[in-house]
Amino acid sequence: MVTPETPASKQSKILSIETMSLGLNIRGSTLLNDISIQVTTSGVTMILGPNGAGKSLLIKCLHGLIEPTKGRFEIALHRCSDPIPQAMVFQKPVLLKRSVMENLQFADQHSCQRTDLEQALDAVRLLEKKDQPATQLSGGEQQRLSLARALITQPKLLFLDEPTASLDPASVLIIEQLINQASQQGVKSVFISHDIGQAKRLASDVIFLNRGQVTEHTDAATFFTNPQSREAQAYLNGEIVL
Amino acid sequence: MLDSSFLDALGLIATANADLYEILWLSVQVSITALLVSVILGFPLGTTLAISDFRGKHVCTTVLNALMGLPPVVVGLLVYLALSRTGPFGVLGLLYTPTAMVIAQVVLITPIIAALTYQVMDDLHREYRELFFSLNIQLPKAVSAYLWDARYSLITTLLAGFGRAISEVGAVMIVGGNIDHLTRVMTTAIALETSKGELAIALALGVVLLALALIVNGLVTAVRTRASRYGYT
Repeated sequence: MVTPETPASKQSKILSIETMSLGLNIRGSTLLNDISIQVTTSGVTMILGPNGAGKSLLIKCLHGLIEPTKGRFEIALHRCSDPIPQAMVFQKPVLLKRSVMENLQFADQHSCQRTDLEQALDAVRLLEKKDQPATQLSGGEQQRLSLARALITQPKLLFLDEPTASLDPASVLIIEQLINQASQQGVKSVFISHDIGQAKRLASDVIFLNRGQVTEHTDAATFFTNPQSREAQAYLNGEIVL
Repeated sequence: MLDSSFLDALGLIATANADLYEILWLSVQVSITALLVSVILGFPLGTTLAISDFRGKHVCTTVLNALMGLPPVVVGLLVYLALSRTGPFGVLGLLYTPTAMVIAQVVLITPIIAALTYQVMDDLHREYRELFFSLNIQLPKAVSAYLWDARYSLITTLLAGFGRAISEVGAVMIVGGNIDHLTRVMTTAIALETSKGELAIALALGVVLLALALIVNGLVTAVRTRASRYGYT
C-alpha cells in the first residue's frame, strides 16, 4: 500500500489523520479490519469502494460518532494542541424543523453577522428561500443547506458521506464548487462517493476500501491511471466488486 | 320528556345559569391547574427518558406506558387513602377540596403527558443525535431545540392531557366528594343529576362538556394541519 507524500514545506499547515490498526466489531461481525492509514495531503481525500465496504463507518469513527472497538486514530494540526474543529455532511440531510435561515443560525457558534449568514446562503443559492421551512426544500437544496450549515461552523476538517448521491447536476456542481473553495481556504475534506467522475474532479488522494479493509491508498493521479489492487482495478472498470 | 329536558338544558346554557357556570368554571380551573403541574413534571421526565441511555430504560418506558391506562377509581382510592385523616398527608386537610381533585388528576395525566412526550422526543432524538454531536451542540441547547422543534406535537400532547382531565369522573368523585359549590365539577354533577332524575342540568352540562371536547379536538386538528403545512410533523 502506498501512502501519498506531501512536500515538507506544506506540512506545517496541513492537518494529518492517522489511524493505527483501527477496527470495528459489532455483534461478532468485523466491519472495519486493521485500518492503518496516514493522510497528510491537503484538499480532498476521496474514499471509494463498493457498498458495504465500511466507508461510512470509517468516517463516523474518525468523526467520533462511533467508538472503534480496536486500534486508535489521531487527527492533528501541526503546532496546534486544541481539538480540531470538525463537521460532517450526512448522506441523508438532517434539517431542523425551522426555516432555512434558522437552520444556519442554530449551527453558528461564532456569532456571525446576519450578512455573513446571508452570504453563506447565497453561496448555496438559497438566499431567496431563507424564510421557507427547511424541510420543504428539494433534496438538492436540503443537501446544499446542510453543507452551508457545516461550513458556517468553520471546520478545519469536513467529512462528507455521499453528499451528492441522487442529486441534480446543478446541486452537484454547487457542492463541488464549495468543496473546492473550502479546500483553497485550508479546509481538509474526507469525501465518500460512488461517482468516479466526481472522484477524478475532486480528489487529491484516494483510499479504496473493500470488505472493511483498505486495499489501496495513493494519490489520485496514480489511483486512476495505475491502480495497484485487483479490487480497485475492477471497480474502476465498472465491474461489480463483492 | 327528553325533548323538554333538552330544551330546558339549552335554556340553562343560554340564560347563563349561575350554578351551571360555577360548575363549569371549577372544572376548567381544576383541569388546567392539573395540566400545568403535569406538564412541569411530564415534559422533563419524557425528555430525559428519551435523550438519556441507562440500564433499565426499557423497563422505565414500559412502566410509563402502562401507567397511561391507570384506572381513575384506583387513582382516586389511592389519593383518598393518602389524603384521609389517617393517611400520610392527612395533616394537610386536603381531602374534599379542589386541591385533592387536582392531585388526583395530576396522578392520572402526568404519565400520559410524559409517555407522549417520550415518544415525540425519542423520534426527534434519533433524527438529530448525530447532527447535534457533529455540530458540537451542548445539552441545554439540544434540549431547547428538541422542545422547540417538537412544539406542534407537544401542543397535541397538552390537549390530549386536558381532554383526559376534563372528562374524568371516578377519581375526582372519590377525593372531591362532589360537594355543592365546593368540589362539584361537570362530570360528577352529570352523574349526580342523572341519578336524581334532573335531566335538564345533566344535559346542559353534557352539552357544555361535549362542546369543550369538540373545541379541544378542533384545536388538535388545527395544530396538526398547520404543522404538516409547514412540514414540521
